[in-house]
Amino acid sequence: MLFGIEWNTANDWVFAWSILPILLRGLVVTIEATLLGFVVGAALGLVLAALKSVRVRLISWPARVFTEFLRDTPLLVQLFFLYYVLPEYGLVLPAFLTGALALGVQYSAYMSEVYRAGLESITRGQTEAARALDISPLRTFAVIILPQAIPRIIPALGNYLVSIMKDVPVLSVVSILEMLNVARIIGDRSFNYMVPLTLVGALYLILTLVASAGVRILDERLPKRGIPLH
Amino acid sequence: MNDTSNPPDPASSIIVMDQVVKRFGDATVLDHLDFQVAKGEKVTIIGPSGSGKSTVLRILMTLETIDEGLIHVAGKPLWHEYRDGRPVPAGEAHLRAMRKEMGMVFQQFNLFPHMTVRRNVTESPVHVLGLSRAEADRRAHEYLDLVGMTDHADKFPGQLSGGQQQRVAIARALAMRPNIMLFDEPTSALDPELVGEVLTVIRRLSEEHDLTMLLVTHEMEFARQISDRVCFFDKGVVVEQAPPEVMFAEPREDRTREFLKTFIETRQGG
Amino acid sequence: MDWLSYLNPLMQGAWVTIRLALYSTLLGAVFSFLFGIGRLSRSLPCRWASIALIEIFRGTSLLVQLFWLFFALPVLGQALGMDLRLPPVVAGTLALSLNIGAYGAEVVRGAIQAVPRSQHEAAKALDFTPRQTLWRIAIPQAVPEMMPSFCNLAVQNLKDTALVSLIGLGDLAFQAERVRNFTQDSVGVYTLLLLMYFGMALVLAGLMRLLETHVGRWRAKGA
Repeated sequence: MLFGIEWNTANDWVFAWSILPILLRGLVVTIEATLLGFVVGAALGLVLAALKSVRVRLISWPARVFTEFLRDTPLLVQLFFLYYVLPEYGLVLPAFLTGALALGVQYSAYMSEVYRAGLESITRGQTEAARALDISPLRTFAVIILPQAIPRIIPALGNYLVSIMKDVPVLSVVSILEMLNVARIIGDRSFNYMVPLTLVGALYLILTLVASAGVRILDERLPKRGIPLH
Repeated sequence: MNDTSNPPDPASSIIVMDQVVKRFGDATVLDHLDFQVAKGEKVTIIGPSGSGKSTVLRILMTLETIDEGLIHVAGKPLWHEYRDGRPVPAGEAHLRAMRKEMGMVFQQFNLFPHMTVRRNVTESPVHVLGLSRAEADRRAHEYLDLVGMTDHADKFPGQLSGGQQQRVAIARALAMRPNIMLFDEPTSALDPELVGEVLTVIRRLSEEHDLTMLLVTHEMEFARQISDRVCFFDKGVVVEQAPPEVMFAEPREDRTREFLKTFIETRQGG
Repeated sequence: MDWLSYLNPLMQGAWVTIRLALYSTLLGAVFSFLFGIGRLSRSLPCRWASIALIEIFRGTSLLVQLFWLFFALPVLGQALGMDLRLPPVVAGTLALSLNIGAYGAEVVRGAIQAVPRSQHEAAKALDFTPRQTLWRIAIPQAVPEMMPSFCNLAVQNLKDTALVSLIGLGDLAFQAERVRNFTQDSVGVYTLLLLMYFGMALVLAGLMRLLETHVGRWRAKGA
């Protein structure tokens, strides 16, 4: 029994059907963690990208090293670090938030690259043309660069959304009740790991296919030349 | 329709194309083409782009299929084979056997960039013909010598000029000892100053070997020098064919005249 | 923070991690070519099997795959009457290499398909069989194209090895947990751990770049 729901181990199929509602609770947690991690990552990534593009080497260089550091170290270790180290400095967060934070931190490194690549891909000519027309740098960025960069950035970010979802099970080590953790507990208690784990695999496959399709549709819908401004 | 005046004797023809039709989508590139080449003949094919000249070569090299018609090479059917006396589309084994009759030199050379010059020339003799490495190396030396590229045998294609690469490509095709050599605009992709060295090699080939040669080119002067026969293609048929002295001096057809005029004008202007 | 005393168990763990990363990357490369070329095969069952395997191992979480091989496979084995219990090192290596193999398959497939058609035509004109063309002409030209992506995948794989600590394999992460449990020095242990992984990743990236240069020798020799 888990989350107040009993299961039936009569045979594998009945078992599978009876644990499905339990796994779906875990699925909800998985999706929540994914979304929160994505938001954190997108925000932190933006900050990192901004720091990396600053002309002052004293700021941009450490930002670049830090990004590389985040990309080259495992999520698991980063998670443990945040989970055990933060409280020592007085910051005690619920496990779920720590997990989402870890996801966000890990992926902020990748997302900062997406921002950078997206912005750099807008031809330099655009900036020069704007300067020749005496448009202020802030307005150039907001009205000329950004609308063109967004259709390139969003699909790439969307792909990382799918990647984050596949990394959520790592959060089970800090007792977050996402799908894999739920399945493992069911397995521990019923001695049948195969059914819950296979179900989780199948659910993940479906989730990934749906999410990837969603990203593809979004990619197709976005106007390639930039968000139109009338 | 096809100009079948001055045809070679079918009995001694090494290539016979009979009412060949080739379509790419809606476009008919070869329109009931009748075309023969005699053994040992040097034939140049000229014509505007889209006339089907490259397609003929590609079909002979089995790079393209045909939609209708029959082709015989060295007396054997090319895109068909006979089972129980009836023609059926050729299988891969038959095509592989037929390919050995022909060698092709491409406009873009198409050397294998990851292999040295020597390896480019020996790779096929070793792995298709089954020669030993030593034999293949000897053969490679022979043909690289013919094209004047022995000094570059250990270089990679990326280190060679266009003219040098094309000469290696010729050696590579020759190393398979085909009976028929197909040249698909061999100098069109070269800078003008490199064209000469390739044409010299092709001329040497035509004079010293009794290979059958089919050449698609825009180099009219060269065609006049080495060809036994020049064929003018337009819209998928042979409009006119004649020995070069006749063809270039007094073309019979208006279309031929129109086409040749543009070349004379360009040459006088250039 | 007695870092020196941590080093011994951590180095032992690091050695396990390095070997695990090495074997899984090599096996992963094999799977990449297997699935990637299988994806291009002319035989439909071969192609569908490859697509299925690629989608399954790319579309599900690595940890799920790892747990499945370690916990679920034995149960399946019981039902089939076979002993399919995998030791952690086998389950770990297998999961890691299948995962990286699935991602690498797309890299392999893309690179092979990027080889210009003219190369295939030249090979056909010289009467190579399709298989000879694939192995002697297409793949050697495709490999340099694959290297940058393979480099990223190799580093990703190194990071992923940390997950095998969760099925009890004594890698670097596992040893670090033990040390932390013993000393309660979270900050010291985890900082050291992060730095060690960072260092290994940098070395790996350097090695991959050397490999990249070696494999692309003929490209560098441009006129």
